[in-house]
Amino acid sequence: MTKLLQLTNVSAGYDREVVLRDVNFAVNERDFIGVIGPNGGGKTTLIKIILNLLNPLQGTVERFGATNGSFTGYLPQQSHIDKKFPIRVLDIVLSGLMSEKNRFERYSVADKQKVMDLLRRMGIENLALRTTSELSGGQLQRVFISRALIASPKLLILDEPNTYVDNRFESDLYELLSELNKNMAIMIVSHDVGTISYFVKTIACVNRTLHYHLSNVITEEQLTAYNCPLQIITHGDVPHTVLQKHDHHHD
Amino acid sequence: MIDPISGIFAYSFLRHATEAAFLSSISCGIIGAYIVARRMVFISGGITHASFGGIGLGYFLGLNPLLGAAFFSILTALGIRLASKRSEIREDSAIGILWSLGMAIGIIFIFLTPGYAPNLMTYLFGSILTVTPIDLYLMAGLAVFTLLLFTVFYRTILFISFDEEYARSHNAPVETVNYLLLALVALVIVLHIRVAGIILVISYLTIPQTTANIFVSDLKKIMFLSVIISFLGSMSGLIISYYLNIPSGATIIFVFVLIFLVARLFKSLQTRGHMQRSLQDGA
Ligand SMILES: Nc1ncnc2c1ncn2[C@@H]1O[C@H](COP(=O)(O)OP(=O)(O)OP(=O)(O)O)[C@@H](O)[C@H]1O
Ligand SMILES: [Mg+2]
Repeated sequence: MTKLLQLTNVSAGYDREVVLRDVNFAVNERDFIGVIGPNGGGKTTLIKIILNLLNPLQGTVERFGATNGSFTGYLPQQSHIDKKFPIRVLDIVLSGLMSEKNRFERYSVADKQKVMDLLRRMGIENLALRTTSELSGGQLQRVFISRALIASPKLLILDEPNTYVDNRFESDLYELLSELNKNMAIMIVSHDVGTISYFVKTIACVNRTLHYHLSNVITEEQLTAYNCPLQIITHGDVPHTVLQKHDHHHD
Repeated sequence: MIDPISGIFAYSFLRHATEAAFLSSISCGIIGAYIVARRMVFISGGITHASFGGIGLGYFLGLNPLLGAAFFSILTALGIRLASKRSEIREDSAIGILWSLGMAIGIIFIFLTPGYAPNLMTYLFGSILTVTPIDLYLMAGLAVFTLLLFTVFYRTILFISFDEEYARSHNAPVETVNYLLLALVALVIVLHIRVAGIILVISYLTIPQTTANIFVSDLKKIMFLSVIISFLGSMSGLIISYYLNIPSGATIIFVFVLIFLVARLFKSLQTRGHMQRSLQDGA
């Protein structure tokens, strides 16, 4: 089990407010971590620390093997993009290959073919030459998911990928993620604890600090103990005992 | 100014004007597309007007006013970015402050300069007919540099401009590229004050680009088409102003707007025809 990432005693925050305290957390190859927690608990902040978009106030972040190629692929929760920016979908997805290329290297026909294949997989290959202003919210979300996936990163981080998209795509996506997980570690932020526990392996509860739960089955009592009071909504009439069968218990 | 007594003189200043139109179309077409794409029109306006402070300083110290303008415009550009990044001041407010500060400094220095300020009007309104060979060399250097920069680093610039945060998560040199291009915007503005004047230079950076954007919506294509529209507009404006004996700078801008309106009209007619056809097909 190769370690990809290690956070040691990390505290993080903005301006005067400390959002996360004393986070100790590691990600290993082929981990599949569901990140849950209340609004404002610090999930997105944790991700920004991992991606080096925010410097920790205290503690260390170590990334192993981040020197060559794409280490992370990232789907932001909210992109602060200008929807009228003159860029084609094809180029947005190509930008996911940015750290694989040196600055002078051109993007090849093979790169573009790779983008087209991925867009087909996402069901939006007909949109490749459109610009962002011509897309719906869910279509744009699929474009950003493609951008996160294109480089086959070592660690894929998705911050609420299920917003905007329809439930058909959502279940397709989860299936795809389970398959991708054979080759990469995945962290997925979601408020839908019931659904993600079907396919994640472990759960990280983030509320001002991080409690790592080494199983994909979690009860509301445990959540309360982790200071993460969330409701678990099981979809349809899937009882909790069924969840137990999918348990990948780590001990 | 337009008094073609000697055919040779007429020939040489028209040739210079043509060369200036060609070179400015390249720099302004490309940089203007970048400005419009990143919604930097207001900061560009601020840089342009604040450079007037440098022109005044140049007069006062007896230096080339454009040297002062270059200094002031780059300083303003960096000042605006730093003020809005490092403090609570919002960017558009910072622009408003530095825009007027630069103009005020210019007015005071020109007032303090003994005698009168020669060519002050050229700096305000510009004149493509009075560009000197030195101006042309500088403009050529800038055009080549801009063209090279955008050919070699097009995608890096595009990706950073579109989504800075994502680019940062891929360790792209976001700050370097942003500041380099901001300085380039300032330089392009200053070198084209000679051609279009402080008051009109922003038109070269926005009108052809907005016109191009009516037909194409990919940054690279907007750049390419802007260069063409800009050159055609400048040349037609130049010729019209020559025959009607009216100021060239204002005429060129008039032509730019005319092209824009015709393009807009053409596009809406085209769209309407297209819509009607698809509605009928659907029925
Ligand atoms: N850029 C910022 N500047 C100042 N405070 C911020 C900033 N971003 C987030 N915060 C604060 O940090 C805290 C944690 O925010 P964060 O975005 O990490 O929460 P989250 O767990 O992702 O929430 P959500 O479920 O709503 O996405 C919140 O209290 C928020 O107000
Ligand atoms: Mg969040």
